[in-house]
Amino acid sequence: MGIFEKIFRRHPHWGVHPDDHKLPAADVPLRVLPLPERLYVPMQQHVGGPARPVVLVGQRVRKGELIAEAQGKVSAPVHAPTSGEVSAIGEITAPHPSGLAQLAITIAADGADAWCERQPVADPFVLAPEEIAQRTAAAGVVGLGGATFPAAVKFNLGRRLKVTTLIVNGGECEPYLSSDDRIMRDRAEEVVDGLRIVMYAIGAREALVGIEDNKPQAIAAMRAAAAAFGNVQVRPVPAHYPMGSDKQLIQTLTGKEVPADARAAEVGVLVHNVSTCAAVHRALRHGEALVERIVTLNGGALTRPGNVLAAIGTPVVDLLRFAGVSGRPARLVLGGPMMGIVLPHARVPIVKGASGILAFDADEARTPAAGPCIRCGSCTRACPMGLLPLEMASRIGVDDLDGATGFGLSDCIGCGCCAYVCPSHIPLVQYFSYAKGELSARERGKLRNDATRRLAEERLARLEREARDKAAAAAQRKAGRDAARAAAGAGVRPLPERVVKPASEAAT
Amino acid sequence: MWLAIFSLTLLGTLLGLVLGVAAKHFHVEGDSLAAEIEALMPGSNCGQCGFAGCPRAAAAIAEGSAPVTLCPPGGKALAQALAAKLGISIDLDAISDQGPQVASVAEEICIGCCRCSKVCPTDAIVGAAKQIHNVIREACTGCGNCVDRCPTEALLLQPLPITVQHWVWPKPAVAPAALAA
Repeated sequence: MGIFEKIFRRHPHWGVHPDDHKLPAADVPLRVLPLPERLYVPMQQHVGGPARPVVLVGQRVRKGELIAEAQGKVSAPVHAPTSGEVSAIGEITAPHPSGLAQLAITIAADGADAWCERQPVADPFVLAPEEIAQRTAAAGVVGLGGATFPAAVKFNLGRRLKVTTLIVNGGECEPYLSSDDRIMRDRAEEVVDGLRIVMYAIGAREALVGIEDNKPQAIAAMRAAAAAFGNVQVRPVPAHYPMGSDKQLIQTLTGKEVPADARAAEVGVLVHNVSTCAAVHRALRHGEALVERIVTLNGGALTRPGNVLAAIGTPVVDLLRFAGVSGRPARLVLGGPMMGIVLPHARVPIVKGASGILAFDADEARTPAAGPCIRCGSCTRACPMGLLPLEMASRIGVDDLDGATGFGLSDCIGCGCCAYVCPSHIPLVQYFSYAKGELSARERGKLRNDATRRLAEERLARLEREARDKAAAAAQRKAGRDAARAAAGAGVRPLPERVVKPASEAAT
Repeated sequence: MWLAIFSLTLLGTLLGLVLGVAAKHFHVEGDSLAAEIEALMPGSNCGQCGFAGCPRAAAAIAEGSAPVTLCPPGGKALAQALAAKLGISIDLDAISDQGPQVASVAEEICIGCCRCSKVCPTDAIVGAAKQIHNVIREACTGCGNCVDRCPTEALLLQPLPITVQHWVWPKPAVAPAALAA
């Protein structure tokens, strides 16, 4: 970074700057979590259709073996995180704020942790880009920054829309989390190799790695790993929440603004997380499916915070035990404190998108009571999307969802800046989540309504057709009878003709 | 005087022409309100409202002879949408709405008589004679016609289960007056 850039680097006018709480967890060397006895692997760990189990209870599986296949265009397969026996296929509590049940495959580990047959590729750059996308999809790689969008779907999108720039998201702006920081420090070569494979797969000419400037070791490690490649640039960005959101990172690095209701690929860039790039590297170079990830364990209730490499499906309770819990955590959060979800209890498994497990003590979990809106406008200044959270919330409060949509509700990224700065502690994000959910439920209801209406119309048409066919058949039979009678007894007076009414007419 | 007569005649003729053209150009076929209301209704013509199908019910709502709360499958959501369309206010708490429901077949007592599938307005029940029937959840509107028809009471209406995919965040429990202030 030149001196000029250093002086004139503008601080973004949006967002907030919470205490990052990343230390000491970020500086603790990466540890490997001992394998738990049982792993609970949910079928829906990604955006899109849930995967469908392809194993039976009692079947023996090896690590990395396919246990559930992708269903639909946007979906991802799921692989066995260790070797062992499938002990159950059934519903478990989902790592989801609702605490509802979700289908999962339970694997009783045999302790050998033996890999299945892997098919590594010595040089991915001789493969066709489609082949890379296909292998990435088969390895079940999804966006590991938290959005969990299937990576291969994004590759194909990028190729179709002729993306020129790949942005690699090393922002990790959420406080407490340091899993991306750790992967950049410890596995910078894997990240750089993975991002070069991604560049090749989407046909991008250059890659910009955006890393917040509060991670100097990660920046240094990535610079060293990327030094040999001229088209990969490591660019420090100001540490500011929500810098790790794709739209904000794109704007900071390229100056391009993603239009409302458009995808990043439409302005010629595609964003992938650093951990996703590392997973692509492992999928191609080692032929390994995505079965483990780095999880940050942090929060005031933990005695040994840090980052651990854990198998997907590990119960949160095992992770907490590993990190040492002092007392009873007041709140468990999956992901970061700003956008993460509160877990109902610790007996839920970690999933592909679990960047961290935070165990808050009573002090950190304190939620002040909400007061009335004083219309100070703090939320408007903080909103990274330039929306008016106070106006949207007041409309949602009286269930005027269309009014809130008029204020740009669909552009809200749910980052939580507004609720963070609100002096009245109004749970603004919950209002927006409620409204978004309610709107999509309405949309689903409308689609369902249209579908049932079509079915009802088709049924009516079918009934009418059947009645018509029946009447026609009856008329034909009668004509046949009449003709036979006429042929048999010429001169005999024919019976008076019975009028056959079509059934459709009779019905009305 | 002639100038006044001439100018008023001209004005009258021109405005008359404009009205004539407008009447032809912006001609409305039938009652558009009834059609718009019909588009909101479930369209399965289940007949639970007492009218012969959704178009009749929509016409009755449009002319004001039927309440907007008449449709059981539509529930609260439909009543709200209809009230918004007609610009009237209704007491939503007065509607007993158990949320969306779907029919299901108790397989151990189904005798495979095929009576239910004949009355289903959306062909959501599949099954042949003397075979166990089943309900296609996606196509069921929860109208309850089949429940009345089943000779063995094998059909039951059950609330549509909430899944992780369909779950919606609850509204924060803050007095709306505090926000709107």
